Amino acid sequence: MSVTTEQPPAQISVGGIKVETIERGRGRPLLFLHPGIGIDRAAPVLDHLAERARLIAPTHPGFGASEQPPEFDKVDDLAYFYLDLMDQLDLKDAVVVGVSLGGWIAAEIAVKSTARISHLVLANAVGIKPGSRESRDIADIFAIGEKEFNEIAFADPAIAARDYKAMPPADVLAAARNREATARYAWSPYFHDPKLKGRLHRIRVPTLFLWGAQDRILSEDYGRAFCAAIPGARFEPIERAGHFPHLEQPKLFADRVFAFADGKQP
Amino acid sequence: MRVYHFSEQPYPPAWNDHEGSLRVNLPNRKCDPKVAADLYHRYYDEWLLADELGLDIMLNEHHQTATCMSSTVVVGLSVLARQTKRARLLVLGYPIGHRPDPLRVAEELSTIDVISRGRLDMGFIKGVPYEFACSNQNPVGVMDRFWEAHDFILKAMTSHDAPFNWEGKYFHYRQVNIWPRPWQQPHPPVWSTTGSRGNARALGERGYVMAVLGTGYNTRPLYDAYREGWASKRSGMPGPDRFGYLGLLAVASNEEEARRRGELVAGYLRSGGIVHPPFRNPPGYLSVEDNARMLRGETPPRTLTKDGRAIDMRKASVQDLIDASILFCGTPDQVYGQIVDFIDYCGGMGNLLSMGQAGFLSHEDTVDNLTLFGKEVLPRLKEYKQPVVEATAAA
Repeated sequence: MSVTTEQPPAQISVGGIKVETIERGRGRPLLFLHPGIGIDRAAPVLDHLAERARLIAPTHPGFGASEQPPEFDKVDDLAYFYLDLMDQLDLKDAVVVGVSLGGWIAAEIAVKSTARISHLVLANAVGIKPGSRESRDIADIFAIGEKEFNEIAFADPAIAARDYKAMPPADVLAAARNREATARYAWSPYFHDPKLKGRLHRIRVPTLFLWGAQDRILSEDYGRAFCAAIPGARFEPIERAGHFPHLEQPKLFADRVFAFADGKQP
Repeated sequence: MRVYHFSEQPYPPAWNDHEGSLRVNLPNRKCDPKVAADLYHRYYDEWLLADELGLDIMLNEHHQTATCMSSTVVVGLSVLARQTKRARLLVLGYPIGHRPDPLRVAEELSTIDVISRGRLDMGFIKGVPYEFACSNQNPVGVMDRFWEAHDFILKAMTSHDAPFNWEGKYFHYRQVNIWPRPWQQPHPPVWSTTGSRGNARALGERGYVMAVLGTGYNTRPLYDAYREGWASKRSGMPGPDRFGYLGLLAVASNEEEARRRGELVAGYLRSGGIVHPPFRNPPGYLSVEDNARMLRGETPPRTLTKDGRAIDMRKASVQDLIDASILFCGTPDQVYGQIVDFIDYCGGMGNLLSMGQAGFLSHEDTVDNLTLFGKEVLPRLKEYKQPVVEATAAA
């Protein structure tokens, strides 16, 4: 499904840190923050988003082929990186969309500053710890294999299967880097920042939670608790999708993003 | 030459009753504390025998596993520091990559060095992959944390005049001044293990004792990488005392009995890999390049026999294990010949870490194994003149 005739990915350097980025489309800026499994340049959701916005989809530091700054080890570091990136690109009224780990980054950005953000969309976002110390709020993805991960992450696990032996070596290396980088930022505390929940009240821009309803990494209760901590945030389940609704329902995902950003709720 | 008697202090009664994992998630209701107590005491008795026989002693630790009941090596070292008379006490290793508090490590090891009157050898390791699930330390960056912990421990052991300050990336202290300070000066000898040429070279640069395990006739490239590292920092080449090798041991007065014991001791290898697969390779433990190779199904063989055959030591026959010098097995004469042959291949190897007890090998068998080795093989090994490599290709 990858398009080999495409141009090599663009790079952007922010504060001396070089990351891969995708820029497509025109119009209002839309910053897309990918989940820990990385970003596939051929993913249909990117084209759907680029049809109605200027899509900016960087690969986070340490993921894919993006540089890993040695001092970066917290999602906080990534949030400041993206605040710098938005300053550098002089984004105004940006729609910030994050999925899973990307949603966590988006929330960490927004509690720091929403000066360049008009709307926030968090899809199956991790980042908080709503339950007790003995509840496993987020499935332990490092205690299961890839097959079982796909079974709990996707409504239809078949779309996730990958044949590493048939993939280009650079993509296999990127997959290995994505796994390592995810652990670097999220191993402990496990996929959350204990401080984040108490800071979410600072998010004063319209916020939408899109929630793949068949997600078994996070429960819908998790998403609703996250949503309830952000003033006025709206919650919309997406059926026939799991933890990565942007991959399983790409058109619907983009439609929901723009309906929200354009102020046209269903 | 030194030979260190080693047992993982296993709990084999649980080995036939698991659901694909002896480590991390095997419920501890399968551990009967009364059975465990008897096992601990017999393993300590075997180390006391080793002390009497002129062997040295090696201990290790693992976590949440029926393969090794030593969950903190400090307990075993403490018992043996007091109860043994002469043996060196090697910890290999102390998994400082998992430890949240290296100050505690420095205090424990200094105390053991003093109580044993200077018999401690301190092996530092990053820790095995599955145990990051137990310690919850981040496997990403573990070698950075390992080296900071190492630097801190040595500084704590060698600073004697005033408290010092340490505000590093991983560890923060403001008034470090350990009591007691170690017996051996400037500090007990440092050991480590590796399976990679890059790490072997780094250990050679530092001049630490380097041990390897499970490599068989694939050991020489690691030793040569160490020699290159050594030679890059100083003149001359390292002596055999800088090299260690873990071998399984099964000696008996006749070959048939030795092979029976070899089958039992090989239980260590056959049980060691029984662990829920996702715990085997946490992210960051291996380099991304190595992980990419694994994803593509390209993993180079680790263990070679003398005639160059790759074997999987977790499934290999006793004969294959003997051919690879993973297991030294036979009559005293045969075992002496096998070990000397391997030492020659290594270009010198002065520390045999000898697993004389493993798996279901009984106390009586272990006593006979150690006694025969101690009386009939060890004196000849001590007399044996080790080769010394004068130069490596790259040095």
